[in-house]
Amino acid sequence: MEIKNKEYIMSVLVYTESEQGKFKKVAFEVASYAKAVANQLGTTVTAVTINANDTSALGNYGVDKVLNVTNTQLDTFNAKAYADVVKQAAEKEDAKVVIVSSTADSKYLAPLLAVGLHAGYATNVVEAPSSTSPFTVKRTAFTNKAFNMTTINTDVKLVAVSNNSFGLVENSGSAAAEDFAPTIPDSGVQVQSVDKASDKVSIADAEIVVSAGRGLKGPENWGMVEELADVLGAATACSKPVSDLGWRPHSEHVGQTGKPVASNLYIAIGISGAIQHLAGINASKVKVVINTDPEAPFFKAADYGVVGDAFEVVPNLIEKLKAFKAQQ
Amino acid sequence: MKILVCISHVPDTTSKINFTEGDTKFDTNGVQFVINPNDEFGLTRAMWFKEKQGASVTVVNVGGPETEPTLRKALAIGADEAIRVNTEAIDGFAVAKQLAKVIEDGAYDLVIAGRESIDYNGGMVPGMIAALTNANFVNNCISLEVDGTNVTATREIDGGKETVTTALPLVIGGQKGLVEESDLRIPNMRGIMMARKKPLQVLEPVTTEAETTSVKFEKPAPKGAVTLVAPDNLDELVNLLHNEAKVI
Repeated sequence: MEIKNKEYIMSVLVYTESEQGKFKKVAFEVASYAKAVANQLGTTVTAVTINANDTSALGNYGVDKVLNVTNTQLDTFNAKAYADVVKQAAEKEDAKVVIVSSTADSKYLAPLLAVGLHAGYATNVVEAPSSTSPFTVKRTAFTNKAFNMTTINTDVKLVAVSNNSFGLVENSGSAAAEDFAPTIPDSGVQVQSVDKASDKVSIADAEIVVSAGRGLKGPENWGMVEELADVLGAATACSKPVSDLGWRPHSEHVGQTGKPVASNLYIAIGISGAIQHLAGINASKVKVVINTDPEAPFFKAADYGVVGDAFEVVPNLIEKLKAFKAQQ
Repeated sequence: MKILVCISHVPDTTSKINFTEGDTKFDTNGVQFVINPNDEFGLTRAMWFKEKQGASVTVVNVGGPETEPTLRKALAIGADEAIRVNTEAIDGFAVAKQLAKVIEDGAYDLVIAGRESIDYNGGMVPGMIAALTNANFVNNCISLEVDGTNVTATREIDGGKETVTTALPLVIGGQKGLVEESDLRIPNMRGIMMARKKPLQVLEPVTTEAETTSVKFEKPAPKGAVTLVAPDNLDELVNLLHNEAKVI
């Protein structure tokens, strides 16, 4: 009798990431996703947070209960320790569906969590489940060139939601916070130093990415790219040849072997649009290309295009955008 | 040091992606298969350890006989021996369980896998094999140094990178940065001849259940044509981005 009951109380657990105490935007997106799944299952959403300052905002996205972990041993991210914390939260809540985001940290910890929970794991999921029995989700495959409908067969299911795919959905929830004190395992990997530009928007978090390629002729010409990014509150990125030439740091390289981009707006300046580049950025919703060559393959992948010289178009566009922003 | 490099056999990036059998299977017709790019960076780093510090390099793939040319290519690049686990790679968890068995039987010190394959993009196998074999794990690894059993590695994070220390046994999810693209090796004739004589062992799989099942594939809806805006009419571009696309 008890086992049968358990199937009906399938709770949904979501790991809501924070950084220096503040929730990342993806935390609200995965909470929104978790709420959608909970609605389908007729159950509630519990979030687990690690060293977050104020968890009440999670209620706006449908979280009913928060397991709040505060522990100085978890001040720096550690995949094994964090995976174990989420595992203990899932076990405490008897969660049958566990939701994480697709940040570098979440994708690092989730496979460890999958093994710990004996959970079938689907990554790059872009929509709420099309069915909960069997539990079927739509995910991207072939580097965004196709979708794959995947059924998770295990009792506990683990889903990594593709960033910026589901969006934020406001919902009311009480987000009743409860202190949670899990045991912390020995981690085996120690962080020695972190090299991160704190004043810049990262490519992963950015809603707008401004990216430039070899068409800019040299690293000395990046001033206008950075200015355009500043006006838009965007992150800067570059094509592979540009990072290979050392014009820009490797951390800005986007494409198949670089960072993936799934922004709302992607502006490509002087990038021809090699298939490897497009593979990495085509999860972006709207693409704009600025290129002198009307035959550049990027025009086939873009929504909006300007055939013209970047050295004229970009400064001009900066002025137009400044005027537009001033009116807002 | 015993190194195992996990090799995924994937369609070349420029392949046309089509599906057959009611959109349930990838259409391999006319498709050229290659070593997964993320794995190739790792294989090249493994060759560096072999040549500079002394190490044996074994490559492994979970898949049918059709994946053997990809393993032979890895041998031609310089790996010492290859293992193929003779079963279809149905899902990441199942592949990880097969690889964990190979790792435990072979007592490898360092396991190098790519951060994800470019076909299914699961990105789960490296972490799962680390968890299954109780090894340390560094994902998105862009540099790796080993001194005895001590390891220093760099991990790419959102917006930057972090340097970590850890110890063997270790599994990494590797990517570009482990070596540069210019360091990648094209097999030469001597390598190809030697690869034919190197051992390629076929192992039968352990029994696993599929935790996930691929039901079917879909292709994205065809994209509409680009809207061109004249370079002297950029107000219109701002207008379109604001009012039509609603992204600014």
